[in-house]
Amino acid sequence: MITITHYLILSAILFTLGVVGVLIRRNAIIIFMCIELMLNAVNLSFVAFAHYLNSMQGQLFVFFTMTVAAAEAAVGLAIIVAVFRNKETVNIDDINIMKW
Amino acid sequence: MEVYLFYIVATITVVSGVYLIFEKNPVFGALYLIQTMVSIAVLYILLEAQFVAAVQIIVYAGAIMVLFLFVIMLLNLDIKEEAKNALPFQRIPAILMGIALFTVIGIVIKSKLMQGKHDQYTTAYVNSMGNTKLIGNLLFTEYLLPFEITSILLFVAAIGAIMLAKRKL
Repeated sequence: MITITHYLILSAILFTLGVVGVLIRRNAIIIFMCIELMLNAVNLSFVAFAHYLNSMQGQLFVFFTMTVAAAEAAVGLAIIVAVFRNKETVNIDDINIMKW
Repeated sequence: MEVYLFYIVATITVVSGVYLIFEKNPVFGALYLIQTMVSIAVLYILLEAQFVAAVQIIVYAGAIMVLFLFVIMLLNLDIKEEAKNALPFQRIPAILMGIALFTVIGIVIKSKLMQGKHDQYTTAYVNSMGNTKLIGNLLFTEYLLPFEITSILLFVAAIGAIMLAKRKL
């Protein structure tokens, strides 16, 4: 029998993978994909909760999260392209003009 | 049957997630992420959220990942570029902190702190009406204001992307 705990543990694993990916990678696009992975992990726990609580709100929230993710992907990738045009790189070690 | 399907799909999801964060080539990374998203769509179907599963495939695995792949192809990245890592010592602590984070989340999940109110939408009730129809009903009645705000958000995002893409910023 698959309980909500199984889904939440899977969601936690995926979220952790996303966090580790953001921390260890240096390519801005891969970091961005890891952020999408984290969003997906949270969506999965939303739907799991919605199913096991006989609720519809979780699925509606996932709908809104996906919209925000689509907007975020469009703007974020536009920023990455703009940065690449100026600095000829997407390695985040070279993009540090706002650091100090 | 459902149990086996869950374990198989969960394994595929986690393995492709691991491949995503260790893959050197961004194109393959994007393909692994698509695999992760399709597997999550299968899990949504197991959770009887058919509409969300369809939207997951269309919006995430379709639109968003095509955008990612398009940008990767457009930038024509050098795979070797990541070799010059300014913080090579960050790798091991990051993985250890990831394990610590997973432990903390696991403790919270195990400790039964999360309890919610049961609602009326049981599987039988949802199936009698149809998942998509029910979501549509709620979206255009109870959640109409968030839905309209979402349209403004998408509008602003489109304007922002166009502004950022201009030649002279």
